[in-house]
Amino acid sequence: MTLWLLVIIASLACLALKLAGYLVPPSVLDKPAPSRIANLLTVALLSALVAVQTLGSGTGLQFDARVPALVVAVVLFALRVPFVIVVVLAAVTAALIRLSGWG
Amino acid sequence: MSGVRSREDSAAVRAGLAVGFAAAAYGVSYGALAVAAGLDVWQTCVMSLLMFTGGSQFAFIGVIATGGVAAGPTAIASAAILGIRNGIYGVRVAPIIGGPWWKKVAAAWVTIDETTAVSTNQPTKRSQRIGFWTTAAATFVGWNLTSLVGALIGDALGDPRAWGLDAAAAAAFVGLLWPRLRQVQTIAVASAAAVVAIVLTPVLLPGLPVLVAGVVAVVVGGFNWFANSEPPLVPLEREGA
Repeated sequence: MTLWLLVIIASLACLALKLAGYLVPPSVLDKPAPSRIANLLTVALLSALVAVQTLGSGTGLQFDARVPALVVAVVLFALRVPFVIVVVLAAVTAALIRLSGWG
Repeated sequence: MSGVRSREDSAAVRAGLAVGFAAAAYGVSYGALAVAAGLDVWQTCVMSLLMFTGGSQFAFIGVIATGGVAAGPTAIASAAILGIRNGIYGVRVAPIIGGPWWKKVAAAWVTIDETTAVSTNQPTKRSQRIGFWTTAAATFVGWNLTSLVGALIGDALGDPRAWGLDAAAAAAFVGLLWPRLRQVQTIAVASAAAVVAIVLTPVLLPGLPVLVAGVVAVVVGGFNWFANSEPPLVPLEREGA
């Protein structure tokens, strides 16, 4: 499968899910469970992605400059620093640590 | 009477522009990270145009970054699972939009965290519509332009690791997750999902640990464990900013 095909399929899948919301009757949300599970799925996947992006290395785990960068990001988000600035500072943290020869 | 109405309308416009532009700023990081993950500039931009939902886009490139094209099916599945919530938003927003089918198709395309949050926050049906379409226009134009800018920057940077872009990806996911960690239930799910993903990473193919971590959400949500209060429909850090 080429990357182009993956990009198109994933995009159309997300578009189809958006359209589906306009086609189903509102009574679908009368029960709280579907909406609650969708919300928690978002949380679970984002959190799993944080973990894998920070420690994953192919099919192994690696503790490197990404970990201190993540700590910096968490502290800055807790201080309500804007998204873009936090992302840049996390990158700078990892880049500087690597420049110093570790990670 | 008309004075009250116009004040509500302009408040909706202001909220829409503020939230839209704030979201658009994420586009730079998405664009740069997408190129670092191995997408070319065109693929990066097509995703922003067609998929147009930040969480799914970040998830897709995150899985591709670690697993490559071989992890394609899990990249698609991750993007789709994160896209389910847009469908739920659509159910809530559809009655606000109304109108002919083509208007609903256009609205569905731009039904995301930002448009839903601004729209459902307005007091009248008219200002809800104005809030929705203002946010949609600001976010769509801004997100696509900044994705292109980010992709070009990423293209020019070269080795993503030397610039710490892999760490920036993790930070971006924390930023998307952060506004959602308000209830015991979401914190419990986030913690358990992270542990599951880490434990499974050495065992499963790249991308799969993230999908399996989703089971935590289905179990906790299905039995409604750790429930103390219903979370808001769209948890946005900058809602109404």
